[in-house]
Amino acid sequence: MASGKSGMSPVVTLLVQRIGIGVLVILAISALLFIGVELLPGDFARNFLGQSATPEAVANIRKELGLDQPVITRYFNWLGGVLTGDFGQSWANKASVNSQLLKRLSNTMFLATVSAIFAVPISVGLGMVAVFFRNKLPDHVINVVSLAAISMPEFFVGYLFIFFFALVLGLGDGPPIIPSDPLWSFANFELVALPAATLVVVTLAHMMRMTRAAILNIMDSAYIETAELKGVPMMTVIRKHAAPNAIAPIINVVALNLAYLVVGVVVVEVIFAYPGMGQYFVDAVTVRDMPVVQACGVVFAGVYVVLNMLADIGAILANPRLMHPK
Amino acid sequence: MCRELKDLSLMVVRGQMSRRDFIGRAAALGLSAPLATQLLGGTARANPVKGGHLIMGLNGGASTDSLDPALATSTVMHNVNFGWGEALVITDPKDGTAQPWLAESWEASADAKKWAFKIRKGITFSNGKEMTVEDVVATLKRHSDENAKSGALGIMKSIGQSFKADGDNVVFDLESGDADLPYLLSDYHLLIQPNGGLDGTEAAIGTGPYVVEANEPGVRHILKRRDDHWMSDYAWYDSFEVLVINDLTARVAALTSGKVHAINRVDPKTIDLLTKAPGLQINNVSGRGHYVFICHVDTPPFDNNDLRLALKYAMNREEMVDKILRGYGSVGNDFPINAAYALFPDAIPQRPFDTDKAAFHYKKSGHDGTPIVLRTSDAAFNGAESAAVLFQQTCAAAGIPIEVKREPADGYWSNVWNVQPFCTSYWGGRPTQAQMYAVAYKSDADWNDTRWKRPEFDAMLVQARAEIDPVKRKQIFTDMALMLNNEGGLILPMFNDFVDASTAKLQGVLTDPSQPMSNGLIASRSWLVA
Repeated sequence: MASGKSGMSPVVTLLVQRIGIGVLVILAISALLFIGVELLPGDFARNFLGQSATPEAVANIRKELGLDQPVITRYFNWLGGVLTGDFGQSWANKASVNSQLLKRLSNTMFLATVSAIFAVPISVGLGMVAVFFRNKLPDHVINVVSLAAISMPEFFVGYLFIFFFALVLGLGDGPPIIPSDPLWSFANFELVALPAATLVVVTLAHMMRMTRAAILNIMDSAYIETAELKGVPMMTVIRKHAAPNAIAPIINVVALNLAYLVVGVVVVEVIFAYPGMGQYFVDAVTVRDMPVVQACGVVFAGVYVVLNMLADIGAILANPRLMHPK
Repeated sequence: MCRELKDLSLMVVRGQMSRRDFIGRAAALGLSAPLATQLLGGTARANPVKGGHLIMGLNGGASTDSLDPALATSTVMHNVNFGWGEALVITDPKDGTAQPWLAESWEASADAKKWAFKIRKGITFSNGKEMTVEDVVATLKRHSDENAKSGALGIMKSIGQSFKADGDNVVFDLESGDADLPYLLSDYHLLIQPNGGLDGTEAAIGTGPYVVEANEPGVRHILKRRDDHWMSDYAWYDSFEVLVINDLTARVAALTSGKVHAINRVDPKTIDLLTKAPGLQINNVSGRGHYVFICHVDTPPFDNNDLRLALKYAMNREEMVDKILRGYGSVGNDFPINAAYALFPDAIPQRPFDTDKAAFHYKKSGHDGTPIVLRTSDAAFNGAESAAVLFQQTCAAAGIPIEVKREPADGYWSNVWNVQPFCTSYWGGRPTQAQMYAVAYKSDADWNDTRWKRPEFDAMLVQARAEIDPVKRKQIFTDMALMLNNEGGLILPMFNDFVDASTAKLQGVLTDPSQPMSNGLIASRSWLVA
């Protein structure tokens, strides 16, 4: 590898490469998004005014927002703003996108974090338990239950939770769930219990099964057999020898699911009427509020790119062979 | 039976039924008149309860909402804006007639061209400033400016620029007479703001009984009562809150779990389940909104009136009301007016479902038998796709081939409605008959979605507008409705009710034929009992 000879640590080189690629990916996505919204039937002026759009009103809005300019010009104007840290104004209510976005993003991050705090340890732990009891009853139970959970769409799980917990048992809050200030408080932690539980259920199975598969893969190696033969207890074998070597694929699937927690919560946010990014995004797409759609899209893309990057870096750090390439 | 009686007595409280009717209905349930009166006393004399915090969960809000009344389009902003702002005129929640509000009275010339609205004195805005005649004029001016993008621009265009302050009055000098001018001024966009709102279109400063305390578009809006409102015995809550819950199931869950007191837009499909839940009530009223099948009368094969008549006779209206609206609505008669309008032409016979007549007219039209394409989407109205298939089946019984084509919901209003020659659609209704006709059935109307271009119809509309005598007016409206009924491109199977739901503790005037949630005034017209 050429970079290896330049004297820079291979990890730093890799980091720089990854960040560069990440930025390019985000740029490409923003351009695609711009074109995509452009291709959607109907434009902002018409959708915003709805059935009550008169030709004059439509023409006024178009002119005011500069929609009569070519797409390329508009895209680069927008890009110029973003590079200086300004996502512009919402077309619909003239509010600053930055301040709205920050508030919505922190709400979503809060929900995602609460979910992750539970989902990651539970799924990895269950994965290890499943390996320990491989092909015995606990393994089968964990498998069947998690498969059933992943097979149910999240709106269904959410509705079930609302029905059983909020309505029948009177435990936990149903919709609307609007966090109070300050956001990171125990009161809000309790408030988001049901949407967080929904997200845990839908992400659990994927992470658990990947953990199980990755560890099982390693369990067939010769050195595990050696460990077993020398009489190391099974759970210690898994914890000390198998799990560390299985960490790269596990980190990958965890990162993917964390990204899903942030960008995939649209449905959960809508059914719990939770004011996060997802709802903000859906509202904006409905009226083709381009600055908001673009801002949300870039943030979503950013979350994905950053988490994937962290997963790759984590996988490399966890694997000495990748840390010191020949 | 007990529940039914309770419902009836609540109807009296809300003014939907007279005491006399109540006693009659109670007698039918086996109750003697004195007992019925006594029963009524318990509820009907219920006094408004002061204080409390009303929470509504409403559909239709988005993070793109604005407090500028010119830009309001949804139920959410309608309710919020009617909290802090008021119009010159209000429509009566019982009979829909125009009643004085910020204008204390009005007078019109015999040709309905010259009008004088006397503006009430001693009313203060929430910023402490007194409302003046100039503020009213400035408000109307702002909404007639095209740059304001006001939803009332169409109304202001028909009024023109001919209004000005004259002492305590705002006077209008219309180009052509319009007996409906007071109704036009009751529009929920035309809220009087200091200097017309030009000092801050989104400042939400008005004459209403509440002031905005928290405004988070697409999430929630909180309004607090102000103590110096000009009307006593009105708007009793200390504060109210509108939460945006766009998902139907979430809205119903919020109501049943007690997180909100009232919700809008209940799906007729789930109403039966909701009525079984204890402590809840359905607040429905026959509105002016209607579900329609529209064809362009200038496009083959719909340019043949026999074909249009065939389609009209092949419509099973009762079944539509039953299956699509689950009974929460009423049948239509192929003209866009129902009894919720003043001067409803009630003498026009109802068109029956008659496959023989449909087959006769279809044959007479000489249509070549190729399937007629009907475009639809649930964006048109809730259940439009099912309605289209039902219609396809009743048409098939009359030998008329229909091909139902499902269109994407996204962009339906820009790509299908008012573009394709035959589709399903929805109309929200207008405060008056003349307005409804002007918006969609006048030759040059922007939304003439049936391409109905008849000079004689336009002439009748102008005549009806300027006519102040109600008897003559009703006759003209009857002629117009009959013309549409016989020849129009409009197939109107049903008028939908506004169906809201609330806790049974909510009392007062809970419905209004103009709009859902008591025309957006439920926070001022209701109270919560313990």
